[in-house]
Amino acid sequence: MARAKFLCDAERCIECNACVTACKNEHEIPWGINRRRVVTVNDGKPGERSISVACMHCSDAPCMAVCPVDCFYQTPDGIVLHSKDLCIGCGYCFYACPFGAPQYPKATNFGSRGKMDKCTFCAGGPEPDNSEAEFQKYGRNRIAEGKLPICAEMCSTKALLAGDADQVSDIYRERVIARGFGTGAWGWQQAYGDNDLAALPTSPRTDSPARNTGSPVRNPAGVGSMSKIDPASLPPRVLEQPSKGE
Amino acid sequence: MLKRKTNGAPRRSDAPAFVTALGETPLDRRSFLKRSGLAVGGIAALGGMAGTVRPATAQEAAAAGGEIQTIKSVCTHCSVGCTVLAEVQDGVWIGQEPAFDSPFNLGAHCAKGASVREHAHGERRLKYPMKLVGGEWQRISWEDAINEVGDQMLSIRETNGPDSVYWLGSAKHSNEQAYLFRKFAAYWGTNNVDHQARICHSTTVAGVANTWGYGAMTNSYNDIHKSKSILIIGGNPAEAHPVSLQHVLKGKEENNAPLIVCDPRFTRTAAHADEYVRIRPGSDVALVWGILWHVFENGWEDAEFIRTRVWGMDQVRDEVARWHPAECERVTGVPGEQVQRVARLMAENRPGTLIWCMGGTQHTTGNNNTRAYCILQLALGNMGISGGGTNIFRGHDNVQGATDVGVLSHDTPGYYGLTDGAWAHWCRVWGEDLAWLKSRFAVVKDAEGKDKPLMNENGIPVSRWIDGVLEDPANMGQPDDVKAMVFWGHAPNSQTRMTEMKTAMEKLELLVVVDPHPTISAVLSDRTDGVYLLPASTQFETRGSVTASNRSLQWREQVMAPMFESKPDHTIMKLFADKFGFTDRLLRNIAVEGDEPVVEDITREFNRGMWTIGYTGQSPERMRLHMQNQHTFDRTTLRASGGPCDGEFYGMPWPCWGTPEMKHPGTANLYDMSIPVSQGGLTFRARFGVERDGENLLAEGVYSKDSEIQDGYPEFTYEMLVQLGWHTDLTEYERYMIGKVAGIESMQGNWEEVGEAEGMSVPSDYDARASAINWKTDLSGGIQRVAILHECAPFGNAKARCNVWTFPDPIPLHREPLYTSRRDLVADYPTYSDRFFYRLPTLYASIQSKDFSTDFPIILTSGRLVEYEGGGDETRSNPWLAELQQEMFVEINPKDAGDRGIHDGQQVWVEGPEGGKVRVKAMVTERVGAGVAFMPFHFGGFYEGADLRSKYPEGADPIVLGESTNTAQTYGYDSVTQMQETKATLCKITAA
Repeated sequence: MARAKFLCDAERCIECNACVTACKNEHEIPWGINRRRVVTVNDGKPGERSISVACMHCSDAPCMAVCPVDCFYQTPDGIVLHSKDLCIGCGYCFYACPFGAPQYPKATNFGSRGKMDKCTFCAGGPEPDNSEAEFQKYGRNRIAEGKLPICAEMCSTKALLAGDADQVSDIYRERVIARGFGTGAWGWQQAYGDNDLAALPTSPRTDSPARNTGSPVRNPAGVGSMSKIDPASLPPRVLEQPSKGE
Repeated sequence: MLKRKTNGAPRRSDAPAFVTALGETPLDRRSFLKRSGLAVGGIAALGGMAGTVRPATAQEAAAAGGEIQTIKSVCTHCSVGCTVLAEVQDGVWIGQEPAFDSPFNLGAHCAKGASVREHAHGERRLKYPMKLVGGEWQRISWEDAINEVGDQMLSIRETNGPDSVYWLGSAKHSNEQAYLFRKFAAYWGTNNVDHQARICHSTTVAGVANTWGYGAMTNSYNDIHKSKSILIIGGNPAEAHPVSLQHVLKGKEENNAPLIVCDPRFTRTAAHADEYVRIRPGSDVALVWGILWHVFENGWEDAEFIRTRVWGMDQVRDEVARWHPAECERVTGVPGEQVQRVARLMAENRPGTLIWCMGGTQHTTGNNNTRAYCILQLALGNMGISGGGTNIFRGHDNVQGATDVGVLSHDTPGYYGLTDGAWAHWCRVWGEDLAWLKSRFAVVKDAEGKDKPLMNENGIPVSRWIDGVLEDPANMGQPDDVKAMVFWGHAPNSQTRMTEMKTAMEKLELLVVVDPHPTISAVLSDRTDGVYLLPASTQFETRGSVTASNRSLQWREQVMAPMFESKPDHTIMKLFADKFGFTDRLLRNIAVEGDEPVVEDITREFNRGMWTIGYTGQSPERMRLHMQNQHTFDRTTLRASGGPCDGEFYGMPWPCWGTPEMKHPGTANLYDMSIPVSQGGLTFRARFGVERDGENLLAEGVYSKDSEIQDGYPEFTYEMLVQLGWHTDLTEYERYMIGKVAGIESMQGNWEEVGEAEGMSVPSDYDARASAINWKTDLSGGIQRVAILHECAPFGNAKARCNVWTFPDPIPLHREPLYTSRRDLVADYPTYSDRFFYRLPTLYASIQSKDFSTDFPIILTSGRLVEYEGGGDETRSNPWLAELQQEMFVEINPKDAGDRGIHDGQQVWVEGPEGGKVRVKAMVTERVGAGVAFMPFHFGGFYEGADLRSKYPEGADPIVLGESTNTAQTYGYDSVTQMQETKATLCKITAA
């Protein structure tokens, strides 16, 4: 694997939450911790789109940069992992993360939030691959078993893609060519500094020879494009700081 | 015996909890509130979940070192039929892997499918047989439970007759269990047996079967890959059938097919549409006729298709003429130019598929809706073609199968009906004495004082069981009212009129629940005695076949042993049969191991009888072979290329004609004449006679590929074979069996003993006596085999009909809902007169004549959420799902909310015109139009503001409880099938 990446195709995501429950099932994640979640914008309105969000395993990961105890490390595949033994639960990584990925088992006003937990790209942690200790702390290590992240493998519409960046972008490009427009590969620029996919056309095409349409507007529902959505415009629940315990 | 080891077993040995510290986690408010639009509050709803969130302990983990097996099963939620790959170690289900080989799901799942492992391990199961004594749940033994329940039933049977016990079955049964259940009810002596299909797609089955022969999805999910346009009306598959969207979006993207979604709600499916059409609830026929008006106006219909394969389109044309754009807009609320645009999109992008679900079926006019959809497809020539078809998405995992095998109050397995001929056929298959079976049923007197055996009369449908209990027996078509209800895999909160349901439950003498969960049946009523809960196993704890929406049969292998004290449904049926004393008769052809009837023997029994719809070729061996070779099947055509199933369609979608040995490949797309019948081609069925009003009902000069009869023809009988000279193609065995069915005295033995040894003596009058034996009743399959040998369809080659002269509205008409806010339309489009059918008086005009619209101005409709299914007892008990959807709500438009001073997130009362009301959270959203409110129907466990959690047996209460929309939902039943109306009633909404 050259470089591991996630990509969620908002044209395909239907907010079915399979990625969320598949993750819970695979890693036995307790109630209240969400390594992955689905975010919907324009809920109930024309332009409604959903994206599945988790740690994107950024190229130049902000969490790594801010961690005071340096608990993060990046694998040669680009997967960002961390050591729960080193983590002090300070929450800095949460403030730094553009995707709201870090999760904490405790919600307190002061002091430790407990050991940070987040998506591992199904790649475990620093302990030996597939050891008991690794499973206890980080969940299953599918990468070591030669498999890909379960969330993407079980995605109902194949909206969520995971794996080698070249293959992921090839699949996505093919799709964009077939349908004539993309959704801007949400998060790729932020996570990977990658503008290639974002540069694909995002407006629905209106001149398809394959299709006759009575309407000059291909998309009367006014379907928007995710490319214009920057993380700051997402609903606050993705980006707000962890709640104070209630 | 506790089989359950843990719900937190790590994949590898002896691992303690994953992140022990996380186990102490209090609820994270952020994730609690994560569901879009739902705001603060509702923490109280979680009061009962202490202890739910806990990590597995080391002691619970699977013992070290066992081999990990991978077992294939099929998801138990919707009808897509997603393969579940279960990893099992030492009998413990420890993981789920993506099933990439399955042509249906290609590895994918939705939230429910991706978390099925939890249900099967769920703590919140009904663990032991229990009974309610003085308001307290007491654990009892299976033996005592069967004895006590059985004694009371036998006493009711003695005193009130067999029809006073109602056997309510389930779409959650496997085919084998469902078939045995129907047979069991017949042996008990009643047609008061039914299941969720009645309240799901009964109007589809009736409407579609009466149009062209079979009442099922005509093509498949995969075939949508080839559609050039996709119209979804009254369906939200993005939530109800999420994996189907993989196929829909593939068609949309690769063919650039316009996706048109017609729905009162801007659903998650509509969010992906090119064209969203917001219709007024209950105006489907008006919209379809409005579309068809443009088709006819512009000459876009397929005239040649209509001439050769359709009867009655001219009569449709007369009705459609009144649905000019202005009238269509007046009734549906859809702008005229949009209707024209939709018509043009459908006309110019053929073949197009038409998909519908409950939004079309659950109406007093449901049968009109389904037939109107069919007629639109016929007019466009979209039938019998890959990429076209009516792709009707069924709801439950096996609602298609349970319907096919006859868990219906008006039918026997295979849609043979309830006539003497039908019972005689099944008695031949069962080896049963018809006279004995007749003696099991009650007989009433008709108006002229003649005997009317109830064996031949429709039973009470599930939608009306409440009236079966509450109605005065003098008004009913059976000797007495219902005294005992058996809810065998049924969530009562999926049914309307729950306030009356509560009264009915309290009036019963005996209420029995057979289910993996206690269900709302255990808690809704204020009974203190006479309720029994019997724990049933899930489908992951047994094996058997299941029919997906596209008519493919898949085989589930057993993933693990039954948990707690639960037993598989077929075992419980055997225990009851023991108690009632007819086990030897019921299971005459079926071996029993311990108390468990052998599943494969049940399959083989229905294989021997269900000739009508071709459930005869799918033997357990063939089904297993398909499951093992899933990777050889094409993901669009479903046809295998190479391997042991070469040339066959995945799951042998019915009809799979003839015997298993004949190796028919199954029929992927119904009525497709471009391929020979032997390879899965088909014509429209000759089901309605050969002529009507002097006009030919058979096809005009068109026929399936390679057919030796090159014109329309009626269904095959032995006589027809003789006339064609094809009877000589029958084997000796086949002739013997046909003679046996015909009652020829010298042919009543067992062929294996008689025929081969001694040869066969054929009486001279054989041809005359056997003449009426047909493709449906010939137990050898010989007539089917010979017809197909000559590439003819056993059921004939006819036209589809647009006029169903046996229905109240032969040509589908728009009729206003019983509770309508459009009083201005009632005079023009009135409902039916009150009627009597299915043993019960049924109200129409007497309700519609009253104006409720002033006090109840908002239209109320209901539907699904992706995380839950059905009544939700199973899914709301699964923490991985429950966490995602924690509170019941009502969607209300900002205008309606504003007019009533209702804030987003506020508690409100939603009250129906029959007095039922629910206290729920308001979700103010433009998803619904002004004047329309929506509630999901999966919730239960609250009743008119009261929390019923304390009424559940300890530890068996679902994590999430909520009000049931059906408490506020009202009366209203389809004029043909008694389908309940859930999609168009009225309500008022006030701040709580």
